[in-house]
Amino acid sequence: MLRCSDLNRYLGQGEGRVHVLKGVSFEARRGQVYAIVGPSGCGKSTLLYLLGLLDQPDGGEIAINGQVMSNNDDAARTAARGAHIGFVFQFHFLMLEFSALENVMMPMRKLAKLTPAEMTARAHELLTSVGLGDKTHRLGTQLSGGEQQRVAVARALANEPSIILADEPTGNLDVKNSTMVFDLLTRLAKDHGQAVVLVTHNPEIANRCDSVRPMRDGLFV
Amino acid sequence: MSPNFHIAFRFLTAKKRAMLMSLSCTVLGVGLFIVTQATTSGFEEFFIKTILGTNGALRIDDKIQDTMRSMNAGGGSDFLVSHREGVKYIQGVEEPKRVIAGLNDFANVSGTSAVLQGNVLVRSSFKNETAQVFGINLDEHLKVSDLRSQIVQGDISTFREAPTGALMGKVLAERLQLDVGNSFILDYQGELRRYRVSAIYETGVTDIDKVRVYVHMNEARSLLKKPIGVTFIQVNLFNKDRAVEDAFQMQEVLKHSAQAWQDREKSWLSAFHALSVSSAITVSVFTLIAGLAMFNTLAMIVLEKTKDIAILRSMGYERRDITRIFLWQAAIVLAIGAIVGALIGVVGTFAVSKIPLPINGIFKTETFQVSWNGWHYVEAVLTAAIMVMAASIIPARRAARLEPGDIVRGTAQ
Repeated sequence: MLRCSDLNRYLGQGEGRVHVLKGVSFEARRGQVYAIVGPSGCGKSTLLYLLGLLDQPDGGEIAINGQVMSNNDDAARTAARGAHIGFVFQFHFLMLEFSALENVMMPMRKLAKLTPAEMTARAHELLTSVGLGDKTHRLGTQLSGGEQQRVAVARALANEPSIILADEPTGNLDVKNSTMVFDLLTRLAKDHGQAVVLVTHNPEIANRCDSVRPMRDGLFV
Repeated sequence: MSPNFHIAFRFLTAKKRAMLMSLSCTVLGVGLFIVTQATTSGFEEFFIKTILGTNGALRIDDKIQDTMRSMNAGGGSDFLVSHREGVKYIQGVEEPKRVIAGLNDFANVSGTSAVLQGNVLVRSSFKNETAQVFGINLDEHLKVSDLRSQIVQGDISTFREAPTGALMGKVLAERLQLDVGNSFILDYQGELRRYRVSAIYETGVTDIDKVRVYVHMNEARSLLKKPIGVTFIQVNLFNKDRAVEDAFQMQEVLKHSAQAWQDREKSWLSAFHALSVSSAITVSVFTLIAGLAMFNTLAMIVLEKTKDIAILRSMGYERRDITRIFLWQAAIVLAIGAIVGALIGVVGTFAVSKIPLPINGIFKTETFQVSWNGWHYVEAVLTAAIMVMAASIIPARRAARLEPGDIVRGTAQ
């Protein structure tokens, strides 16, 4: 479903140019949870952003559901992101001027597959499933860090994407909230048959995943 | 509400102080533009009304002498080549009835008045003043001027009923210390005739009020010894704006010089136009500041919202959505600024129209003259729209160019 092969990526310019990914290949299937682990700077997040079509590789290709997307133009990659991919970032990245409900509805409004009433109902349902059914109208600033990350999980699931990419989703949370967010992510993903690829430094989280892929110096080891 | 508009509105209201700064500049720019245009146009329109009410929309005077010469083409043929040498004029209108009949064929002509004019000396018991006597047929002249409403002392019916009555300009009457009912003598090349002031008029145009004395046409003919012909024919038009075109056609058809009010008052009208343009440019500085304030606000929002832009892009929002979100913010400020600015323009124009400002010379007024013209509002809003939207394009495009990968990685420039 999500496949990349021989990915290469350089970052920086001139003498500071670094070969971050050195021919990485990876495949993720529905209903599976993958952990990419490794030391800081080994290229985990870079790989994740490439897989999420937020960035373009310098070599290699990325295919979603059999369709090569890495060389498409920005509009096509953006459309693919909206339809197939959900993101959860380390610092949750909620839009703080909007309520939890509005944050979750944001991807749905762009995709515009549902009516406004259906969007609202789905956002309610997702927020309830992450335990925030009673805080739907709170602004991002009125939620704790753990609550914000749960809203981010609900938002990532809003358009029923086939892939969820999470960049250290529990990196900024305490143990209790880390466990809660991870459980939530994996349970909802499994329930809906989604592939989850997460980057983590947390070995306990990594060990609970279906597959662990360690990275070092821009390569899987 | 579209998602882009919704996001734009929230982004904007989150930066209330910066937004209010941009908004107040836009409001000020639009409002001041309207008020200044209303006043400069107001004085221009009042000037035009005054000159139309005194000298009419058109004046037909000197006859054009035919100076076409013909030259035989040669070669034994009868073919003649015509060429124009230059225009020569015969002073005055020799056959006013024929010319007026011709003028009446023009659909835009609403009235004509034949006028016999001459330079005279006015003698009162106090002093003498040089002046111009205008021989008129009163009823005809009332159709081409505002003489009736310009009477400030006496009654125009007294003039109609008095064969030796005269209408005298206010400034001239004051200089000669003449009141309604007083007599005076008009001296034309030694020919002395006594008249009585039937009424005193005031056009507000000093150059007219200090020299012009209206008498009945028959009296003027006797005084100026001109039994036939007139000096000019004053013409009034239904549509004053067509005066230049009509003058051209009348000159071609009637073979008399025809001058439209726009040509006659070209220097004053040019001055008013220059004043209007310069005030518009000056006031546009405010809308320029509004544009800069908008640029500043949006540039600030772009800097503060890079993460939000990355989130939106990761959720499938396209570059053009990001551009639209920022342009919507400018459009919201512009729309509110235009509405509030226009309202301030209305209130400001009304308030200015009540400010006492006695002016006498090129026209007479006691207060500021204003023009209620919808185009001023359109021009003000368009100027603000150009400034604000132009200033918004750069930050909007900058926001759209941000790469979501760079932002989440923390390397966005």
